[in-house]
Amino acid sequence: MTLILLEFIIAIPILSFLMTWFVPASEEKWIARSVWIFNAFHLIFILSFIVLWILNGSDSINLKELVLFKSIGYEFFIDFYFDKITAVFSVVGAFLTLLITTYSSDYLHREKGYKRFFNTIQFFYVGYTIIIFSGNLETLFIGWEILGVSSFLLIAFYDDRFLPVKNAIKVFSIYRIGDLGILLAMWLSHHLWHENITFHKLNNFELVHEHLESHTWVGVSISLMILLSACVKSAQLPFSSWLPRAMEGPTPSSAIFYGSLAVHLGVFLLLRTNHFWEQQISVRILIASIGFLTAILTSSIARAQSSIKGQIAYSSTAQIGIIFIEIALGWDILALIHFASNAFLRSYQLLVSPSMVSYFIRESFFVDKPTVATWIQRVPKRISYGFYILSTKEWNLDLWMYKTYWDPLRKMSAILNTPFWIKGIWFTIPLYIYFWFNFSERLLTIHWIHDWLPLLFSSISLWVVFRAFGEKGKPFRAWTLVIYYHFWTALSVMYNEQFKIEQLGVYLSGVIVSGILGAALLLWMQKKEKDLLLDRYRGLKRQYPNLSLFFLLACLGLSGFPITPTFVGEDLLFTHIHEDQVILAYMTSLSYVVEGLAVMRIYARLFMGPSIRTFHEIAYKSS
Amino acid sequence: MIMSKDFNLEQTIKKIGHYLPNQAPLKDFINQNTLEAFQGLHFYDAIEMATIIFGYKTTLLDDDYRALYQEGRIKDEIVDAVIVRKKGPDDILFWKNKMTQVDYPNEIQPRIGQLRKQWKRNYDIDIDSYVHSILFRLLCNYLDQGVAIWNFPISPDGFISSIQELEKNTSVSFFKTKYIKEQFLSNQHSIESLLKIIVGDNSNLYESYLFDQQWAHQGWSGIVHVIEKNPSTLLETRKISIREILFLELFLEWDALYYHFGKDWKPLQESLRNTTIEPLFTPIIRDEFFDIIELWQEAFEWTYYDQVLAGIAEVERKNKRVDYLTFQGIFCIDDREGSLRRYLEMLDPRCETYGTPGHFNVEFYYQPEQGKHITKLCPAPVQPKFLIKENSSHRKWEKNVEFSKQSNSLIRGWIYSLLIGFWSIIKLFKYIFKPNMSPAVASSFSHMDKDSTLSIEFNPSHPTEKNLQIGFTIEEMVVRVETLLKSIGLTDRFAPIVYIIGHGSSSINNPHYAAYDCGACSGRPGSVNARVFCYMANHPEVRLRLQSKGIVLSEHTRFIGGLHDTTRDDILFFDEGKLSSKHLALHREYQTVFSKALNNNAKERSRRFKSINTKLSAEQIHVKVQERSVSLFQPRPELDHATNALCIVGNRYITKGLFLDRRAFMNSYDYAKDPEGVYLSSILNAATPVCGGINLQYYFSRVDNQKLGSGTKLPHNVMGLIGVANGTDGDLRPGLPLQAIEVHDPIRLLMIVEHSPEIVQKAIESNPSTYSWYSKAWVHLVAFNPSDRSFYLWKNNTFEPYTVVLPDVEIIEHIDTLIESKEDNFPVYVLK
Repeated sequence: MTLILLEFIIAIPILSFLMTWFVPASEEKWIARSVWIFNAFHLIFILSFIVLWILNGSDSINLKELVLFKSIGYEFFIDFYFDKITAVFSVVGAFLTLLITTYSSDYLHREKGYKRFFNTIQFFYVGYTIIIFSGNLETLFIGWEILGVSSFLLIAFYDDRFLPVKNAIKVFSIYRIGDLGILLAMWLSHHLWHENITFHKLNNFELVHEHLESHTWVGVSISLMILLSACVKSAQLPFSSWLPRAMEGPTPSSAIFYGSLAVHLGVFLLLRTNHFWEQQISVRILIASIGFLTAILTSSIARAQSSIKGQIAYSSTAQIGIIFIEIALGWDILALIHFASNAFLRSYQLLVSPSMVSYFIRESFFVDKPTVATWIQRVPKRISYGFYILSTKEWNLDLWMYKTYWDPLRKMSAILNTPFWIKGIWFTIPLYIYFWFNFSERLLTIHWIHDWLPLLFSSISLWVVFRAFGEKGKPFRAWTLVIYYHFWTALSVMYNEQFKIEQLGVYLSGVIVSGILGAALLLWMQKKEKDLLLDRYRGLKRQYPNLSLFFLLACLGLSGFPITPTFVGEDLLFTHIHEDQVILAYMTSLSYVVEGLAVMRIYARLFMGPSIRTFHEIAYKSS
Repeated sequence: MIMSKDFNLEQTIKKIGHYLPNQAPLKDFINQNTLEAFQGLHFYDAIEMATIIFGYKTTLLDDDYRALYQEGRIKDEIVDAVIVRKKGPDDILFWKNKMTQVDYPNEIQPRIGQLRKQWKRNYDIDIDSYVHSILFRLLCNYLDQGVAIWNFPISPDGFISSIQELEKNTSVSFFKTKYIKEQFLSNQHSIESLLKIIVGDNSNLYESYLFDQQWAHQGWSGIVHVIEKNPSTLLETRKISIREILFLELFLEWDALYYHFGKDWKPLQESLRNTTIEPLFTPIIRDEFFDIIELWQEAFEWTYYDQVLAGIAEVERKNKRVDYLTFQGIFCIDDREGSLRRYLEMLDPRCETYGTPGHFNVEFYYQPEQGKHITKLCPAPVQPKFLIKENSSHRKWEKNVEFSKQSNSLIRGWIYSLLIGFWSIIKLFKYIFKPNMSPAVASSFSHMDKDSTLSIEFNPSHPTEKNLQIGFTIEEMVVRVETLLKSIGLTDRFAPIVYIIGHGSSSINNPHYAAYDCGACSGRPGSVNARVFCYMANHPEVRLRLQSKGIVLSEHTRFIGGLHDTTRDDILFFDEGKLSSKHLALHREYQTVFSKALNNNAKERSRRFKSINTKLSAEQIHVKVQERSVSLFQPRPELDHATNALCIVGNRYITKGLFLDRRAFMNSYDYAKDPEGVYLSSILNAATPVCGGINLQYYFSRVDNQKLGSGTKLPHNVMGLIGVANGTDGDLRPGLPLQAIEVHDPIRLLMIVEHSPEIVQKAIESNPSTYSWYSKAWVHLVAFNPSDRSFYLWKNNTFEPYTVVLPDVEIIEHIDTLIESKEDNFPVYVLK
């Protein structure tokens, strides 16, 4: 009985998301109403489920839902899990989503994209629900990906302006690092457990302990990867600077996303996996130190922020830093309370933030400004001014991301987009054909082949995908390069380990289908639009609303979003890399990051940003 | 290459300031012509120039006009009439064909930005992405009025000195490179020397470069310029200037280039080679496209104006003068008061209403009790010499714990976020499902405590404060009362009660709250002014002296002040305790008329509100309207001046019984009492820039909501309490948000004056700045001549007769049925 109820709880947001698709965009009332009914229903459902669960002794529930793919030694299945952590996150999530969608139903009245907004919010809620109910990393990863895309779409909600699109891509690219963390954690835990381990089993102390004894290195790496993802999602150091920049959408979406729910998912991830890493003292110290540093730095940034949303964002990050410390200390219950309270407070503060003008102006009109005696006034100017400058510059966090992440990526793609490397790609085609058709299992027994070819192929795939990422000319070319990249990745894994053709099929089927769809759409568009290039944002969404939607689907399919089998294939592919093949794993995951960026870049450049047609109202680039 | 005059920095800075947006910080938001800088030109030349130089969209598109034409909102007969008026009667078909058939290539590449674009093109560097974020951050932190907890260490010498003070004392820096930091502190550089480094030797490029640079963030530059001109617009004053922002930005650019290229780069001019950069202000040759736009725009405007004139011709014959009067109400000229006046007159046919600018001709600074500052309560250009202080107020400001900055600090924030989070969600739940008043609401009624006392009368023992005279002397009062009453033509036939009703508004979650209040009171509610005026007009000494001026006010007449909240449709009356029992009884009686009228008014307004079913009863709707005003999630608590299109200066009988759909500013004026047009000229001097300014702000925010308006308000982020931006690192967005203008039809104001054309001409000619509004066609002007009851149109600086093209005006039996029928703009109707 409870299991069926659990399935219902997960199904309701999905149904509601699908429902919002079918209501016509002009029917604001019905969109809002259907969302409201579903979300209210969901809240009631969750509450009654929890009551039932407590009456039944509040034991953790594990539900193996659906096996998506199975072959010898490999099983990809959807699994759900419920315990007190899920209980708290689901109540807070359902309650805030209900409040904020109700709020938005009037707030967004007459806004272009009313339907799109509710679609995206409900899509986000689907992702959120899947994450907090997930019973294994694979299921969690599905939700994780949904969250990444819905967040991209909400930040770029006003995609006719430059900054939202720029920031959406920025945040997406940082989120991609978080995705990578989960992917690598999945990869390593395959090798640790030799199965897709459920969180339920992770709670089994003996089992975990026994495995980690013999694989200390792998255990620590998994914890680090999980911590990496958690830091990205919860805007901890060194990633904190994305959070204020994400506040580009309508205020309620910022409130639900970056004020409350999404930003606390890193907290969730740590709580969910804490039985795994709680024995690793070094990891706990690391978590606490990151939390501590984040709390100190971001609260100083918050103090020097003169924009209201930026101040709230950084204050929230600082509190999450403290929550990290609480988790590291093992104070789970306090962390849960702190999460709920912080989420509520920040949503409220964001929602009333426009009122602050009249409130504070009135206050400064009537009340003497209290002289806040902070330590900063008591230290020498050299220190206090330095501290002020650094806080104003957000401790160079954004600059640091440029220096260590975006600039190297850009430079690499610039190098690989010089004529020599551009032309070089042609020579890889015969190479590919040769190795594809001459593949036999016998080859894998030859040592040099087994050792070096996968690396070679993987570097070619990296080269190809960097080429696609830096392409400034025809989008069709960039698109085919991305498809080509997938084929090289497949080949590199094929030569790494016995790889069943059916498994290859799983990986490539999604690539081929979405690749062809996208290519066809691009060809059609190139016919209609003269000089369709990737050199700048073109904002063509207004001219081709439907096409842009289909192209987005193609993009998602091509980049391994859980709508095609490629999603499973990606995980499958990683399991064929051994835990000692660090370089191969690194290159494969790097190309995974770049591929996501390359695909989203094509979409953004073509359909988003200020329109190239100047008779529209064009916003300033700086607005 | 470019040929132009030698570079003169002073002039360029002046010119930049001239063209920058001129919008004050949020608390002082006042509507004014967005393209004020171009007002020296004829309207159509100005908008063409603004489009070509700055890339503003200044009209609807030809396709939009064609759609309006198809819908019948631009009438065919009017199109013909406009073509005849503009192009002569011979080529109607020729022009009409062009209007409806020819497709003009209307993609325009503005001149602004062409020079600085070369950085990206020739150097592949996005210089703005380096400069803007730190520049905006510095400006915002420096000008911040109370968001940040750590304040910018302000040096009294200004912006640059403050930054230098910071840089001097520490080794970390706002600049990316050490070299530039040293240069910045070396005091060896000037704007010219920096330009030479960055742009090159060719000083002909400098002006274009600086314009390009500032127009990449015209919002911040604009506010800097406003604060430079008028530092007192900030409560915590700051010294800053355009010169400083130019100086700093050039350093930041240099820093970016140095960081990006090291020492190895050449100034911008070296890369230009054969690219010609057209100077911004070279004269423009009229494009035929703008001729067509002109014809369409006039046809759109006259389709509406023609109905209005037809309506006036219809009602003014029928209206009769009432002899026995119950009460008189003097309201603000504001377009939002028109419908309330109409309902009062419908409910009590023996009352009379008047309109006049809402500061009621009393100008002063006001200091509320406990107030640390003073605030101006009169039109913005006026510099009053008086101060009115509020005493014995019982007002208490409630605190809101979520606004407390403690929640943003670390340790206390920890306790706060643990404790008040749950409390705030309960509050949010309550606000969403049952909105009510809270400390977050900007409420018009709290501007002045109803039961406080005001220092209105001059007291020699306590004459001045802050160089202002406290209160008015009797003679000063007499002048003000006399002028007001004479200008609106109310000098005899006084009713037992004369209401003076100011207006204000209440809203929540609305950074533009000041725009909703009374423009004649510098964006504040008009309550104090109403009360001050009543005190003067009730003063026995004043009344005695007024007799000699021909105004006889007896014991029988009493003035009562009030404040109309245009968002909530509430009225608050002042000094009711001072009324005699006879007046109090009458007042109670009239109050019921007011409350019915307010209900009806709420109902009429609700037709635009989707959240309210207009078919409900007026009382029910009124409750919902009030709820709406305090709803956090309501981006449109009221529609402010949206749809404004007319200003009517004349007796009420020329418009009484006409349904103008809240689109008209109305200033009462009796031509018979002012044969020489003395009062008329002062009315027009005040009303023309105010109403014209409001109208043009709406016009331009409507036609280009991205560049000239502030875009949708939903993502707005409050910056330093002085402006709004999108997100956290965007430019400030001056202008009106999308939610304010979406129902507005972009047409210019039509000023209708009831007097002979000769006198009207004399009146506008008496003041060159007023005259230019009409001579340059920023506002249309029609005189309604009382002697021959016909219209005269101001054209080519003279009046010529105007015959109504479509004289039939529909008659409406039941106003409720009309209001319930639809939410779009209505044509003019005559009410039965």
